[in-house]
Amino acid sequence: MSKQYETVIGLEVHVELATKTKIFCGCSTEFGGAPNTHTCPVCTGMPGSLPVLNKQVVEYAMAVGLATNCKINQYCKFDRKNYFYPDNPQNYQISQLYLPICHDGGIEIETSAGKKVIGIHEIHMEEDAGKLVHDEWEDCSLVDFNRSGVPLIEIVSEPDMRSADEVIAYLDKLRLIIQYLGASDCKLQEGSMRADVNLSVREAGASEFGTRTEMKNLNSFKAIARAIEGERARQIELIEEGKKVIQETRRWDDNKEYSYAMRSKEDAQDYRYFPEPDLVPIVISDEWLERVKANQPELRDEKKLRYKKEYDIPEYDINILTSSKKLADIFENTIALCNKPKEVSNWLMVETMRLLKEEEKEPDDICFSPVNLAKLIGLIDEGAINRTVAKEVFEVIFREDADPEKYIEEKGLKTVNDEGALRSTIEEIVEANPQSVEDYHAGKTKAMGFLVGQTMKAMKGKADPGMVNKILLEILAE
Amino acid sequence: MAERITDETIEYVGILAKLELSDEEKEQAKKDMTNMLNYIDKLNELDTDGVEPMSHVFPVNNVFREDVVTNGDERERILANAPAKKDGSFKVPKTVE
Amino acid sequence: MDLMKLTAVELGKKIKAKEVTVKEAVEAAFARIEKMEGKINSFVTTDKEAALRRAGEVQKLIDDGTLTGPLAGVPVAVKDNMCTSGMLTTCSSKILENFVPTYTAEAVLNLERAGAVVLGKTNMDEFAMGSTTETSAYGVTRNPWNTEHVPGGSSGGSCTAVAAEECSFALGSDTGGSIRQPSSFCGVTGIKPTYGTVSRYGLIAYGSSLDQIGPIAKDVTDCAAILEAIASYDPKDSTSVKRDSYDFTSALTDDVKGMRIGIPKDYFTDGLDSEVKDAIMKAAEELKKKGAIVEEFDLSLVEYAIPAYYIIASAEASSNLARFDGVKYGYRTSEYEGLHNMYKRTRSEGFGAEVKRRIMLGSFVLSSGYYDAYYIKALKTKALIKQAFDKAFERFDVILAPAAPTTAPKLGESLSDPIKMYLGDIYTISVNLAGLPGITVPCGVDSKGLPIGMQLLGDCFQEKKIIRAAYSFEQTRSYVRCPICEEGGSLDE
Repeated sequence: MSKQYETVIGLEVHVELATKTKIFCGCSTEFGGAPNTHTCPVCTGMPGSLPVLNKQVVEYAMAVGLATNCKINQYCKFDRKNYFYPDNPQNYQISQLYLPICHDGGIEIETSAGKKVIGIHEIHMEEDAGKLVHDEWEDCSLVDFNRSGVPLIEIVSEPDMRSADEVIAYLDKLRLIIQYLGASDCKLQEGSMRADVNLSVREAGASEFGTRTEMKNLNSFKAIARAIEGERARQIELIEEGKKVIQETRRWDDNKEYSYAMRSKEDAQDYRYFPEPDLVPIVISDEWLERVKANQPELRDEKKLRYKKEYDIPEYDINILTSSKKLADIFENTIALCNKPKEVSNWLMVETMRLLKEEEKEPDDICFSPVNLAKLIGLIDEGAINRTVAKEVFEVIFREDADPEKYIEEKGLKTVNDEGALRSTIEEIVEANPQSVEDYHAGKTKAMGFLVGQTMKAMKGKADPGMVNKILLEILAE
Repeated sequence: MAERITDETIEYVGILAKLELSDEEKEQAKKDMTNMLNYIDKLNELDTDGVEPMSHVFPVNNVFREDVVTNGDERERILANAPAKKDGSFKVPKTVE
Repeated sequence: MDLMKLTAVELGKKIKAKEVTVKEAVEAAFARIEKMEGKINSFVTTDKEAALRRAGEVQKLIDDGTLTGPLAGVPVAVKDNMCTSGMLTTCSSKILENFVPTYTAEAVLNLERAGAVVLGKTNMDEFAMGSTTETSAYGVTRNPWNTEHVPGGSSGGSCTAVAAEECSFALGSDTGGSIRQPSSFCGVTGIKPTYGTVSRYGLIAYGSSLDQIGPIAKDVTDCAAILEAIASYDPKDSTSVKRDSYDFTSALTDDVKGMRIGIPKDYFTDGLDSEVKDAIMKAAEELKKKGAIVEEFDLSLVEYAIPAYYIIASAEASSNLARFDGVKYGYRTSEYEGLHNMYKRTRSEGFGAEVKRRIMLGSFVLSSGYYDAYYIKALKTKALIKQAFDKAFERFDVILAPAAPTTAPKLGESLSDPIKMYLGDIYTISVNLAGLPGITVPCGVDSKGLPIGMQLLGDCFQEKKIIRAAYSFEQTRSYVRCPICEEGGSLDE
């Protein structure tokens, strides 16, 4: 019988901030430029160049710290972390070690066993590295410094998580908080949010932590979950075999579902931190802190409470609607235009979710505008289209952000409200289906449905179903 | 007395500093560094308890840039001095095994 | 008329008065350079063509009234650790043997805005690490007073270029005395301004928290005028200080009446050469005669400045010089196997012995387990040294001190014993740690015929006080040209 083990996990989460420019120079942070087109002497480490701090980076870092219940170091500094690598142009990274901007916070997550607080040890500001592309033809690597100097915050948790589920819940919560703040889009796949997992195992009930390893290269929630399972199993196996876990950095290969040690003789992992002499300290006055506090946008938990109070929609719906800042924004902006919370919620909860699932997309990928959804709701409301047509039109809005008014005009989808024309169509249908009429009179109510269906088909869906029912009943009663 | 700077220390610092020293240079470095550290020990005579370490001489704080793009495409200039380049990038020996 | 014999301000006046053209001034400088370089080697790079082209442009701007300042059209030599767009910038190191910056250091830009014409780049100790200009990868620079002697360093080339009249003035940089000590050895005047006064943008860093650019010239008037031109608040340099005033020339008055001058007794110990000591004391007498109140006092902590300095400067240098790795610019070794081998070979072949020595020391003192014992200890010592100066400046307006314990040593005498060489910086180094301004002015010549300089140190931002004291003292003696300039070195027809 094997022993019971507990997994102890802490995360180091790097988040790229949504500033327009890099942390220490006026280069654009825009994605996707040709290599080295967003560079200057500062972010390529040219001799004699000097860094100057982007104020927005400090404000975003403060905002995230406040939203994660951290204390703010009102006197903080930058330090140099020294290591050689070609994506690091100065061969030191400007970061914060001794006096990081935020410390001692935490966020609450939902676990299967109820609510749990995951502590945040600190949040510090630093610069991102460049990108290395490996050139197979020439057996060399190519360095692109476009990402070099993009501002990051690193959020270091306490070793408070015990399972992959808790890790995912923590990351999800963190992602939402930061998205709600507008401090980052937090996309794991694109690397604007990256998580390194520090993991150790210990026998259940032990009070000392085991030796931990750090895993890098985790690009999705699924990869994180798999890496945690894989590393847990690897460490337990080592322990069971009487071997030792070595404290090291490992690279997760999600295809092979295995991690590899990144150690080399040339990596001494001795970063020789010292205060960055080219930058001056940051002093955050009480006024500045209060201003950032006052400007904090409404976060998810507050939003949930407000939705419940203002819109009276089910908790389940509220949870989904607030599960993405994008979705919540569309929800609120559409309501502002049409003042029909339940209707808007329905469109988002049912049709939007269905289409997202169909296209394997996330709520953040939604590209339609609240204006067009509001217009659609208005058209239904005034009876210009029926629900069946509306669903068809919504698909077009969802895919192309089409203007529903123009679309139904062009496609001639407007509901026929001309009772005379509708009556003559129904008369023709009744005429052509004597069997169904007979069945109806014999008490088979299904026949009614069939006749309505036939009518809608003949009207190409443009009829108001209520009116069809009314006229049909009148004719059948004759 | 144990050696203050051992061969291992020189080897280790060489890795940190990315310097490859010849045997002769290593011996010299050992000697120089030992002498220098012995000299630096003078600081231990000084009582610095309770003294705040001073990294910046003047209390200048909060020097910031506004978040406004000021730089355009400078690629040609940035690459002008590169010892090796390819496809608009700096070319280096392969970084992965 | 020998144009190169003139001070920068004198030459500027003649150019302004149309007695001399900018082209004539630049040509005079190059004639002098051609004559002197074989003997002293002040320059790593000169660019006559660029200088003459620039002379033409500047002349136009003077003629049309755009340029009216005292340095318009005046030829200048720039230390080779300041980036100059389109002009080789080597830091006297092999590792930057082919580095041509695409931007110009802010201080040099300021000079160009004032109309000065850059002649070339001066030799220095490699990456400014040294006190003799012997660690350059491009040959030693010799002292024009006696070519068997060193010019001091690290701004040796800038000081010899001024002393040997190859330029009208020069820019140097001072991390631990690199302007003031060679100025003393070469019989010229140099200022290390208060930290943050001159932008460091484009200055290739040695010890970032200590480095300052400053003027080197024949007299105090020139230095004040040059400082006025190069000092600026620069948003590109976060450590740049917004000063209330950038006026320095108004301090050029012969008046020290009532000025309180302190002489640190602890500077006048065994290590100080008696001839140097006598010259300084004589200078003190002169200032007293002019009405200054001169008193001796205990500065304290003098012997701790050097160890603290070498920890801080080496640590910062080990990090600042990490960027020289053969990836983005400069030298890359020709044969290597893999990335780390490329780094190591490039750096081992590219850096000289003294630079490697300091990188090793700096990497060691920052390495795991030693940071507190060395680096933090040094920063605490620095705080105490600053406090000692603060206390001194409560009592005194300026401090009078030697610039170096001796006059210029012979070539080859210093490098063999690094600690002895480092001890030579004892009077200059604490000023950098405390961020203070200091000026060196010539105050005599020793029995070997080598110049002696004295330092006047001021409290932060009190350049005007040291300029006033230096100017007043300067009025008591005339400028002594180095013998090489007198013996047929002159270009008089």
